[in-house]
Amino acid sequence: MNNTIKFKIDGKEIITENGKTVVEAAHQNGVYIPTLCNFPGSFSKGSCRMCTIKVNNRFMTSCTTPAAPGMEVESNTPEINEFRKSIIELLFVSGNHFCPSCEKSGNCELQALAYRYQMMVPRYPYSFPLKKVDASNPKIIKDQNRCVICQRCMKTIKTEKGEHYFAYLKRGNVLEVVMDKELGKEMTDELAKLAMENCPVGSIIYKEVGFVEPIGTRKYDKQPIGSDIDV
Amino acid sequence: MRENILEIISNYNNDKTRLMDILHDIHSIAGYVDQESIELLHQKLRISEAQVNEVISFYHFYNCKPLAKVNIYLNNSITAKMHGREGVLNAFRNECAVEEGGISEDGEFGLFTTSCIGMNDQEPAAIINGSIFTRLTPYRVRELVKDLRNGKDIKELIYEGDGGGRNALPEINSMVCNNIRRRGALLTQDYLPFEITKKLLPVSTPEDIISIVEASKLRGRGGAGFPTGLKWKFGRKAEGVHHVVICNADEGEPGTFKDRILLTEFPELVFEGMIIAGYSIGADIGLLYLRYEYKYLLNFLKGLLDDMRSKNLLGKNISGIADFNFDIRIQLGAGAYVCGEESALIESLEGKRGEPRDKPPFPVERGYLNYPTVVNNVETLASIPKILKNGSDWFLNLGSNDSAGTKILSVSGDCNFPGIYEVEWGTTIKDVLDMCGAYDVQAIQVGGPSGALIGEKDFNRALSYTDLPTGGSMIVFGNKRNILKNVVMNLMEFFIEESCGSCSTCRNMPMVMKKKLEKILGGRGVESDIDDLLSWSEVLKVSRCGLGQTASNPITTSIKNFRHLYENLVQKDIVFDTGFDLEESVKDSCAAVGRQPILHNL
Repeated sequence: MNNTIKFKIDGKEIITENGKTVVEAAHQNGVYIPTLCNFPGSFSKGSCRMCTIKVNNRFMTSCTTPAAPGMEVESNTPEINEFRKSIIELLFVSGNHFCPSCEKSGNCELQALAYRYQMMVPRYPYSFPLKKVDASNPKIIKDQNRCVICQRCMKTIKTEKGEHYFAYLKRGNVLEVVMDKELGKEMTDELAKLAMENCPVGSIIYKEVGFVEPIGTRKYDKQPIGSDIDV
Repeated sequence: MRENILEIISNYNNDKTRLMDILHDIHSIAGYVDQESIELLHQKLRISEAQVNEVISFYHFYNCKPLAKVNIYLNNSITAKMHGREGVLNAFRNECAVEEGGISEDGEFGLFTTSCIGMNDQEPAAIINGSIFTRLTPYRVRELVKDLRNGKDIKELIYEGDGGGRNALPEINSMVCNNIRRRGALLTQDYLPFEITKKLLPVSTPEDIISIVEASKLRGRGGAGFPTGLKWKFGRKAEGVHHVVICNADEGEPGTFKDRILLTEFPELVFEGMIIAGYSIGADIGLLYLRYEYKYLLNFLKGLLDDMRSKNLLGKNISGIADFNFDIRIQLGAGAYVCGEESALIESLEGKRGEPRDKPPFPVERGYLNYPTVVNNVETLASIPKILKNGSDWFLNLGSNDSAGTKILSVSGDCNFPGIYEVEWGTTIKDVLDMCGAYDVQAIQVGGPSGALIGEKDFNRALSYTDLPTGGSMIVFGNKRNILKNVVMNLMEFFIEESCGSCSTCRNMPMVMKKKLEKILGGRGVESDIDDLLSWSEVLKVSRCGLGQTASNPITTSIKNFRHLYENLVQKDIVFDTGFDLEESVKDSCAAVGRQPILHNL
């Protein structure tokens, strides 16, 4: 029993175990907090800021904040939801996201979040950046137009020695996630498919197979993102 | 070459947390990191080549392509531009036959732009093959390039002579001037170095020392203002196999150069502050993170540390205190403003990209290599020995009610006497302007780009942690300056250049805002664009670190204090303008097909 922690999100009591992050605890308790860069089982870094919450009048990311007894968390408030929507819009205008032609449409978390937060058209002007598509790898296409730089591939796709297949290149506004050319050559089928699966958007595409599942019958075509968590 | 690279890597025991030093050493023998070195690093450090490139491409002064024989890094801070950077740049371009950002065809000269190098009081300045050249003029550039072409060594080209003080020492031998204009409690030479380490530490407990520091109400001088004594207390309490003291000398806030003076003229105070901090929190590891731009001080500082070791001021049983073992290593940075944020600095010390960490955990709990770590600013540490010598009451009597002690200001821009001014907290902006001889003032950037752009109505405000806090940078802009086009734009470009890019907000929003500002500057803005800028900036608040959270300050504080400048530029007769020029955008395709579109201008 000592291991149990109780705290509140938007007034609702949350019961969890010591060592859980706020987002894990929330989802356990049927409270949806949107995430994009967070990936169950891997070290979280708070890159996308989608899961932002407010604790003691300070903004924190719920994927990096450990749940603590008595915490009062604000999450589903107009202020925070506005930030979340704004982040989605920023991600749309900073890349080139053309949903109708994308293999990930319907399974894409960015698209699904945009629907959930009712983005009609981004309030920010599109930047239409020139981005590259790297198809040099025998199994994978890495499309920078669609990358939201969430780090999920970097954190989850590794060799047995722990070396990363995917890594950052450059910084700031021109930051990219690129694939290691040498390691990539020896990537197993299994890992290549996992890389695509772990990518929240259509930036990592497994080659030679496409649109097996028709658009319209995919995961988020049926129900909005987070509805498996919402009580 | 292969053998040399392998030797470098083994000098650091194939330790990937020392990647910064390994890359510096490779640069020093090869000038850049070639593909073969990257492969060797991959094999020996057990990280992928992409992970090596990830670090190289993060830092401004690492390269994976060969540079020129002579590489010129010309500072592009606003102060440099105010003092003739354009003429200097053009002179370099003409004389070296090279464009900005490129290398000349003969491979002799490379000309690059770099963010503030800490020489705001003597701009325009450049780093040329590691040496600092200040107060550049077109004539001086022609002379320099001619002599370089004739084969003269960089060191022979400092015709101005040394900059005085310890800049004259052979270990430094630099033309950089100190420009100390006003000395207060800290900069007055009235202290015998290491007096406290030798006399007070052996007869005091760590708790005694911490309580004096706490009683002095000393707060961090880097900008955030966290109480130093409390930080030390937390550091002492946190459990770990090792404890670490880090001195943050990654002074990158444009317009700030106080640490340069402290490290040149008072490094003993800084090092002693580190020893005292080490004793107080029970640390054995000391690290000083020196920004790359101050590399010219590295040998001098290393020499001092050697000297301290020979005098039992570092090493085992310091000052005869049993089991007080502490040493200091200097880590050279490689050009990244964000590394001044303490957790990014720790990441960089661990051989990684300098990306801030999410907190909690705070460095005092888990910092360098996950050991409890206290990170203090250069000025904070330099204050410690004198506080212990003169007592906390002495310190409390300096400054204002809520802010004890003095603050070293770095003043530059449109004033007669740019340089270092040590003032007591509570001094007003008006007083500082009168000190430095600034008579025709339109605006002042207080605290660097992440601070605020203020106008006359705020000149009676006082520098203090509660009224107008500052890390020490003050850039003065005269009435003839174009604030929006030149100042605000330059500061926004700085944030865009220096963002690590890891947070979605800070990676994207400053660029969106810059484009909006360009729209307004280009005459296409409307009233609602000004309000958009304010409301759009809000989302930056949820960024991970201070850089992201303040990245819109140049725009938001200038709207707050100089809204009329924006109002003067926006169109009054319409409420909406896309900012998009159809005619201009289709010009090329019209020319290609030889047709004219029918444009319906409303």
